[in-house]
Order: sequence, then C-alpha cells, then structure tokens
Amino acid sequence: MRLTKNVKISSKSYQALPKKILLKGGQVVDPSQDLSVEKDILLEGGKIKQVGEIDEKSFDGDVLDCKGKIISPGWMDMHVHLREPGYEGKETIASGCLAAANGGFTGVCCMPNTSPPIDTQEIIQYIKDRSKGFLVNVYPVAAITKKREGKELSEILELVEQGAVAISDDGNPVMSAELMRRALEYSKMVDIPVIGHEEDANMTAGGDMHEGFVSTCQGLHGMPSVAEEIMISRDIMLAEYTDARFHVAHISTRNSVELVRHAKKKGIQVTAEVTPHHFMLTDEAVREFDTNTKMNPPLRTESDRLAMLEGLKDGTIDAIATDHAPHAFEEKEAEYIYAPFGIVGLETALGLAFTELFHKKLLTLKEIIYKFAVRPYEILNLEKPQIKKGKMANLTLFTQNEKWQVTASSFLSKSQNSPFLGWELLGKPFVAINNNQIFVSNL
Amino acid sequence: MTFQSKHLLGLERTSAEDIFTILDTAKSFREVLDRPIKRLPTLQGKTVVNLFYEPSTRTRISFELAEKRLSADIVNFSASTSSVKKGETLIDTVKNIEAMKIDMVVVRHSSPGAPHLLARVMNANIINAGDGGHEHPTQALLDMFTIRQKLGELKGKTVALVGDISHSRVAMSNIHGLNKLGAKVIVCGPSTLIPREIQKLNVEVYHNIDEIIPKVDVLNILRLQLERQREALFPSLREYHNYFGITRERLEGSTKPILIMHPGPMNRGIEISSNVADSEHSVILEQVTNGVAIRMAVLFLLAGGQSEIN
Repeated sequence: MRLTKNVKISSKSYQALPKKILLKGGQVVDPSQDLSVEKDILLEGGKIKQVGEIDEKSFDGDVLDCKGKIISPGWMDMHVHLREPGYEGKETIASGCLAAANGGFTGVCCMPNTSPPIDTQEIIQYIKDRSKGFLVNVYPVAAITKKREGKELSEILELVEQGAVAISDDGNPVMSAELMRRALEYSKMVDIPVIGHEEDANMTAGGDMHEGFVSTCQGLHGMPSVAEEIMISRDIMLAEYTDARFHVAHISTRNSVELVRHAKKKGIQVTAEVTPHHFMLTDEAVREFDTNTKMNPPLRTESDRLAMLEGLKDGTIDAIATDHAPHAFEEKEAEYIYAPFGIVGLETALGLAFTELFHKKLLTLKEIIYKFAVRPYEILNLEKPQIKKGKMANLTLFTQNEKWQVTASSFLSKSQNSPFLGWELLGKPFVAINNNQIFVSNL
Repeated sequence: MTFQSKHLLGLERTSAEDIFTILDTAKSFREVLDRPIKRLPTLQGKTVVNLFYEPSTRTRISFELAEKRLSADIVNFSASTSSVKKGETLIDTVKNIEAMKIDMVVVRHSSPGAPHLLARVMNANIINAGDGGHEHPTQALLDMFTIRQKLGELKGKTVALVGDISHSRVAMSNIHGLNKLGAKVIVCGPSTLIPREIQKLNVEVYHNIDEIIPKVDVLNILRLQLERQREALFPSLREYHNYFGITRERLEGSTKPILIMHPGPMNRGIEISSNVADSEHSVILEQVTNGVAIRMAVLFLLAGGQSEIN
C-alpha cells in the first residue's frame, strides 16, 4: 500500500476519506454490471467521480496503490450478532462494526436476540443512534414475535417503517406453523423477507452437536439434521401458500439444500445463506471437545459440507453470511455442554471463502463477490452498491492470493471465539470504503 | 513394555498395550486385596484429588479405597460443597486446587470432555471417572479384568452390552476396550436406546434378547435411566422388563453358562431379575472388588510406576 501526501491511516479506526483520492491500478470487479477489468477509480467527496484510465502524474489528490488488489462493491454480512443492547461484554455495535470493516464488510444485518430484543421501534432507533457516523452500515433485523417468544407478532409494520430490513426470531425457531403463516402473510405488505432459524425445538432440545456417528462417540446429545429439514419443508410450503418471501438462515444439511433447490425450481420465493464454517468444517472437528466447534446449527457431516459447496455452485444457496456470534473468553472456556453456541466470523469470512471456494476452483471471483456483495442486497430489497460514476463510494478492496495467518490479536471484535485461529488462509481484506470514510484492515 | 499414557481420559485413545499393562498390573493388586494388611506404600507423598461434579457412591468409594490402599494423601471435593454455586468456572476451580500442589485428579462430571479440558489446563495426571455419556474407562477396565479372570483371554469371546446404550459411558468405554482386545461386541436394546451409527464402531446391533442369548459368553446389563420414559424413549417399565429384562427363563435359551455382569446400581425387576443378579453366574460383586484393584493399577501406573510391582 502506498498512501502519498498527507494521509496517514491508523488501522484501528475509520478515517475520513481524503477529499480526492485515486485508487490506482486495481482489478475492478462488479458482478451486477458484469464488470471485471483493470481500471483506476477516482473518488471525490465520497462518491465515484470516474472509472477509467487516470494519469497519476497530473492528479493532485491522494493516491492509493491498488496494484494486485481486487476492488469490489462493498460486502454485506446479512447475519451478525452485534450483542448490543444487553451483552456488551461479548460485543458492542462499535466493536462489531470495526470487526466488520476489518473483515472487508461495509454493511451488516444485526440479529434481534439482544436484551431487550429488537421488537420495538425504540430499540431500532437505539441501534441507529449507536451506529451513526460509522463506515459500516447497520441494518437491523427485527423480531418476528414479541420478545422472540413465538406467541404474538411484533409490530412489524412500525418496525419496518423505523428501519428494520427483515424479520427473524433468530436463535429461536417459530414453532407454531399458524404464527409463521401469519408472519409471512403480514410481512408481504412491506415486501421484506422472513428469515427462518430452522429447527424443530422439540427434536433438538438438550443437543450440543450434530446427531450422528461423532455424537455417538463423544457421548454428546445430538441435534438431528431432520429437525432442520422438517422446518424448512414447512416454511417452504407456507411461503408457497402465502406467496411470501422466505429466507433460510444458516442452511446446514444436504436435504435442506435439496428442499430449497426443489422449491426454487417450482418458483417459490425462497432464498438461503450458508456460513463459512458450514462449508469448511464437519462434526469431526468436535472430537477434541473444543468449544469453538459448538454452534447452532451444528457442524454436520462431510456429505452435508459437500452439499453446501454444490448449493453455492448451482445457485441454490444465494449468499454467504457469517452468523458472527461473539462470546466472552470465559464463557467458551468451559465444559462443552455449558459453553454457549456460536463463533465469530466477520474477520475470517473473506479468507475462508477464497481459500475454500476460489482456490479450490469451486467458485469464480465474480461468483464469490456476487454472494457477498450483490445477492444479500437483493434478498433484503435494498439498493446495492455499484462501481459506477455518480454512485456513493461503497467499496471492498482485498487480495485473492495473499497468504496470512489468523491470529486473535489482529481481530477487532471484542471476542476471539474462532475455530480458525492459527489457520493459514489465502485472500485477505485490504481496505473498506463507505460513508466517506476509509479503513485499512488490521489483519 | 512401559506404560505410555499420562492421563486416563478414555479407552478410545488408549493403546491395547497400555490396556494390557493395566489389566496385568491389576492382577497383582487384586492379590493384595486378599491379604490381611492391604496397604502398600506405593503412592506415599502423592496427593490425589477426587473431583466429583456428579453424585456417585461406588465409583467414588472405590477410587478412595484404591488411593488409601496405596497410601496417597486424599482430598475429596464434591459439587454440593464446592465453589460451583459461587459461579466459579471449572478451570479456575482446578487451577486453585493445583496451586496447592497436588499430583493427580480423579474427575467425574456430567459434561463429556470435562477431563480433557482439565488435561489441557493442568499438569496433574487426570483420571476420567465418568464424563457424561462419553466414557467411563475404569469401569470398562474392571469389566474386562473380570471377564479375563473368569473366562481367560478376551480374544474370540462374545460380549453383549444390553439395554440403554445411548449415551452410556459404560457402553462406550467397553466397546472401545473390548474391540482393542479382540472380543466380539454385541449391543442389544430397544431401537430408541441405541445411538445412531454405532455399527461403525464394529459392533453388531440386535433388538431381541432371545436372539443373542445363544451367541454370547457375557451379558453386561446396563442400568436403565428411568427418566428415559419421560423422553419418550420407551413406553413403560413393564414393557421394558417383558422384552429386554434379563430373567432366568431367558437364560435357559443358552446351552452354556453366561457370565452375568452389571455396572450398578441395579434396578432389580427391570433390566435384571433378582434370580439372575444373585445367581451363581453373576459376578456383579466381584466386579466391585476388582474395581478397587483396577483403580490401584491406574493410579500406580500414571504416577510413574512400572508394570512390575513387588
């Protein structure tokens, strides 16, 4: 990186974007315009002034050397737990957004399982206030039901008017088919997706990991695949019946992918996301009782993992989202059955995606960017960032080949509960630009 | 052959050689138990902590006696009198105990992997005295010791584990140990109490007791967790006993005597009828005696003793 003239960039906070800055010599890739070309980008006042060949010598602003870097529209993680309000020991809106920028994301959806949950307009307003002025845009996902109890619908119209982009009881399934039906019907009025955390809670009660050979060996209570598949089947049928939009959060089993594939063929409005850990790891990782292998949905089998890759390849799985779930050190450094579910993901997603998907030739560069930077915006019915003259500069810059080691000390999340610590990854976040600010990754 | 293990966390990763070393060493200790003076100076100066996070009577007493027979200093810690209720983490608790300079920890805990966690953060030798539904290695060792004592080498013998196999730490440790020593393992119980894909552990699965009786040398009858009925895993104790209970009538299906074992505590009249539990083929109380010898052997070997004792 070469920043000339008066720009000094600290790697732990956002900086104001220089009034005029030239992104010199990067590979510009924007799948929404089918663009992939080496071009210079001139930013002025936080907007894209020009995309083309720009001579550095006659330019009087700051120059960011982007040789060997990819420049894509800003990435969005549509499944993040920012933990605030209520669990600020794990993460805050501020620290979570820094972690997002560090990982190359310029937008995040925050899930409603806070305390109090995101089920009133006051909490939405609180999140908006607490994320004001950040580089990273925070899009709240409101609870489907009051207190996420699965009993009565939240005031969905008001929550959406206030800024909610979707609804979900994430962390809890909506066990009543009747209530789910009404949530789908009602949310149609404001054209937002209903995001399903899909598990039959009766079947998964007391479970700590995927039910199968490894749970048998480990003596841990299992959560069967079929508990997820039953709920996805139900909600696909409800989406068809109500003609509403249904999004599957963190899909994890082979049959679930098959169900979504079949539903899409039928024209049902269903979309799905997968986490990096579900396409990277299997339940074999639980053998050492590392609590950073405990998440919900649990790590599944190799056959399921391969189904995630197939689903990503053929488009059944629309998006990659991290389910970033920070927990304090002492909460995870515990007995397996007492440790909470979840791992952090914002700062490893890009590297994992390139290591597993790009370098193993499963997805192209354009396809990966599509799943991180284009499709999430489409699912949420939000205007997507584009690299086009006149648009806001909302950009993610990264390398696809650079090797780096995941270390807890380079994370900006308050928590380090990752099973990928120590891993060597290929592909690294470089710079995030949005809201007239710039952030250089600390990774 | 020198003993390789630093801890006894489970039999899944204990070598057949180390298992044989424990069983052979226990033979000498078993003889000591029949002497009028049962105390040996072997662990004099060593401090063993019995860390019981789950209620236990026989396993705790068995370990405590084994430690006393070897002249170790003993500290007993059970969850009800502990700092658990004050919200201290397991790791903080054991680090505090270790700071008082102790040598070995015997741990019973409801979470699978708890002994592995201790092994990761402590320098002491860790002995798993039962971790949730995962493993209970000393129980399996004493079971194998008893079979060997009565029937000779395990190789070629057929052992059936009967009843509530799902999340049975006794079953899991037995399966690993028996496989390593060349025995054939059968599991038999209601389909709802057999964990998924257990066949991959090289066991044969049956659901009919009468079918296995002619095939087996040993029946190891597991305790039925009565709360399983509420979890819809079986309909009633009556039906369980009628179809899976080991009764004298059922045993008549075999032409040869079958060794009857049970890790205890027994539900008489449910998984085992009294006339089987108290029959001449029952070695249930001998298992208990052998348990002390096995635990003496494990303590001795982990403390650095070699397989030859004087």
